[in-house]
Amino acid sequence: MLKTIILIGGPMKGTRFRPLSLEIPKPLFPVAGFSIIYHHIEACSKIPDMKEVILIGFYQPNDALTKFIHSAQKEFKLQVRYLQEYTALGTAGGLYHFRDQILAGNPDFFFVMNADVCGDFPLKNMLDQHKKSPASICGTILCTEATRQQSLNYGCVVDNKDSHEVLHYVEKPETFVSTAINCGIYLFSPGVFEPLQQIFKQHLQENYNYDPNLPSKEMIRLEQEIFIPLANTGKLYAHHTDRFWSQIKAAIYANRHYLAIYRTSHPERLAKSKEDCPTVRGDVYIHPTAQVHPTAVLGPNVTIGKHATVGEGVRVRESIILEGASLQDHCCVLHSVIGWNSTVGLWTRIEGTPNDPNPNKPFAKIETTSTFTSEGKLNPSITVIGSNVTVPSEVMILNSIVLPDKALSGSYKNQIILFSTRNPDRYSTRNPDRYSTQNNELLQVVQVTPSCVTWGLHRQTSLLVAPPGGLQRLTSFLIAPPGGLQRLFPVAGL
Amino acid sequence: MKALILVGGYGTRLRPLTLSCAKPLVEFGNKPMLLHQLEALVEAGVTHIVLAVSYRADQMEQELKNVEKKLGVKIIISLESEPLGTAGPLALAKEHLNKDNEPFFVLNSDVICDFPFKQMVEFHKHHGKEGTIMVTKVDEPSKYGVVIYDAENGRIQQFVEKPQEYVSNKINAGMYIFNPSILNRISLKPTSIEKDVFPFMASDSELYAMELQGFWMDVGQPKDFLTGMCMYLGSLRQKSPDQLHSGEGTVGNVLVDPSAKIGKNCRIGPNVTIGPDVVIEDGVCVKRCTILKGATIKSHSWIESCIIGWKCVLGRWVRMENVSVLGEDVTVKDELYINGGRILPHKSIGTSVPEPQIIM
Repeated sequence: MLKTIILIGGPMKGTRFRPLSLEIPKPLFPVAGFSIIYHHIEACSKIPDMKEVILIGFYQPNDALTKFIHSAQKEFKLQVRYLQEYTALGTAGGLYHFRDQILAGNPDFFFVMNADVCGDFPLKNMLDQHKKSPASICGTILCTEATRQQSLNYGCVVDNKDSHEVLHYVEKPETFVSTAINCGIYLFSPGVFEPLQQIFKQHLQENYNYDPNLPSKEMIRLEQEIFIPLANTGKLYAHHTDRFWSQIKAAIYANRHYLAIYRTSHPERLAKSKEDCPTVRGDVYIHPTAQVHPTAVLGPNVTIGKHATVGEGVRVRESIILEGASLQDHCCVLHSVIGWNSTVGLWTRIEGTPNDPNPNKPFAKIETTSTFTSEGKLNPSITVIGSNVTVPSEVMILNSIVLPDKALSGSYKNQIILFSTRNPDRYSTRNPDRYSTQNNELLQVVQVTPSCVTWGLHRQTSLLVAPPGGLQRLTSFLIAPPGGLQRLFPVAGL
Repeated sequence: MKALILVGGYGTRLRPLTLSCAKPLVEFGNKPMLLHQLEALVEAGVTHIVLAVSYRADQMEQELKNVEKKLGVKIIISLESEPLGTAGPLALAKEHLNKDNEPFFVLNSDVICDFPFKQMVEFHKHHGKEGTIMVTKVDEPSKYGVVIYDAENGRIQQFVEKPQEYVSNKINAGMYIFNPSILNRISLKPTSIEKDVFPFMASDSELYAMELQGFWMDVGQPKDFLTGMCMYLGSLRQKSPDQLHSGEGTVGNVLVDPSAKIGKNCRIGPNVTIGPDVVIEDGVCVKRCTILKGATIKSHSWIESCIIGWKCVLGRWVRMENVSVLGEDVTVKDELYINGGRILPHKSIGTSVPEPQIIM
């Protein structure tokens, strides 16, 4: 029998999905109409003898996750459980910590899938190859091809051309090693717990002194601490795939590819142009409960979520419309995500700038771009409208990120629109400690001085509030570019 | 009576429209700009009109022949071999203006207002001096030549060009009446009437100002063209509201040629002029725009503060704003955004223009 472990991480992860990940854990974010990890579970449900799916992460138990697990169990007839790490344990610490749960029932093998990747996972092929490999095997790594340049941002694998034994493994090398990269999808035999145990014991011996600044001793990094030593020992093998695979950095990019996978896996999920139905171009998923006016034109690469409404003459291209959102007549949404229960007014244009890998470059992967340019300007990116945002009629929102619960009043270009006017308590200026949200992740206050509040929003950025006349009279704020506060520039809001 | 209209050069300020059409023929409120003045002059009893131009345009001359017939006036084209400024053209047209020793009108061709030519004649005859200048009140006089005059009788004391400190809010409106004796003050060379003639007439106490009632605008550039159009439609609302369009989806003052077609679920207005044979498809929103003859706006587009040239085709879900001006026969593909773009004739636009720029 087989099991699957999905590593879903925790609230510190998925910062690139902000502000969307403020509402639900990133692994539950719907891509092509279904949660990211729904696609993982669906892929492993097709493997014969798959008995259980275990989600490991450090999210607090929450309704969204519980609901998801219930419905997934029902749909796939699989046991699905969530095991919560007491703290972030790295990519392998959780596996070791919950080893008894994983090994219960004596599975022959178990898959480990990172939740932050998407693709057409060739699990069956991995299993077949794994079974044929020598008995000494501990693990099979799914590998795909990258460009020489981009391979430097991934784990790189060198394997024997014939046996596919991994000869060398390195994580994010400085210089070129191999174009075969680790996809974050593995198949392990129970034997992998031997090296895991060795590492765990080694960590214990190295540090018996409690130091709150150090990560947990139980933290184990699968790539550096297991794969590197296992290379060239006859225990680690690579399985190469040329099927679609990507990290989920951009929701819209993953959406597009899962829709493309539907063409073969689930053609019934893709909408078709019919009389008295909206015009559909390319791959489009419309949830059965969504209401779309027949004069709307959707696609390519559009997902319309549950209970969303799309009015007369609306145009949507390369976008995700989340549950309960409403697009009013004649509006146009391009390269954007419209958050839960948000409203877009008549003739309004919501537009983002795609950040796709160069389609003419073979094996190119999506690039990681920072939020800001070196000049401190916002890099053009997709537009994200957070949940419960009202965008008025006839305005334009271009390359902007709008945080939740905001009623906008005009057009915005290249801005982060931060503040809540409808639900001021959520980021109340009188309670600086409460700038953060329930997940404790947004806008942690870094420093409060009489003239200024500094928040950390992004690793490289801080937001400064510099109100004339004290914090109570907050009228504008400045955003500091990476590398210092020499060049401040104002951001709209409030 | 006679009149001289200072048409001047190519109308570069109104490009790209003037690349396809002589400036006096560009339609303002569905009527060539020049025709607004010609009709008002004829109404006031003018029978001979001199057009002072510094370039030749066959299209314009042909069109003027038709106008001559229609209005029953004599139109004389006075062609400058070199641009003669605002006064030189009077010297060039001396023989026409001198004929019968009667006062004559001189007009800047870019000016739009409720032309009060009859009152001007009365005022001019009443004071009996050499010249009358129409003045108009503006909000920001520092951008213009300001006229200082006696509020009692209108006698002009002084001109102040672009005053830094407030002196008056009355500016030269570009419409005059002169006695033929003014021609003695002007020689045949490039001369500015404002700088080289008026100050001397004022110091001779020969120049009087009359304040214009109602709206006034120099519509020589796109931004002012649109502002002037709003004023013009507002004036139509007062004087002949039956000319304005009404009905479902029409908001405020909207002028629509009877041959234009407007689709369902549109919102047109306020302040929109739609020319002959224009097609507006379903679900379009247009505000503060002039759409010239034969243009097509496809479904669900949104345009504000733009001039759409003749025979242009705008795709579906196009958003265009911020004084974008499309020359003749420009095509804008579906779903694009044009912000303050000046687009030269016969272009096909396939990518958005997010910041104001000229597209050659």
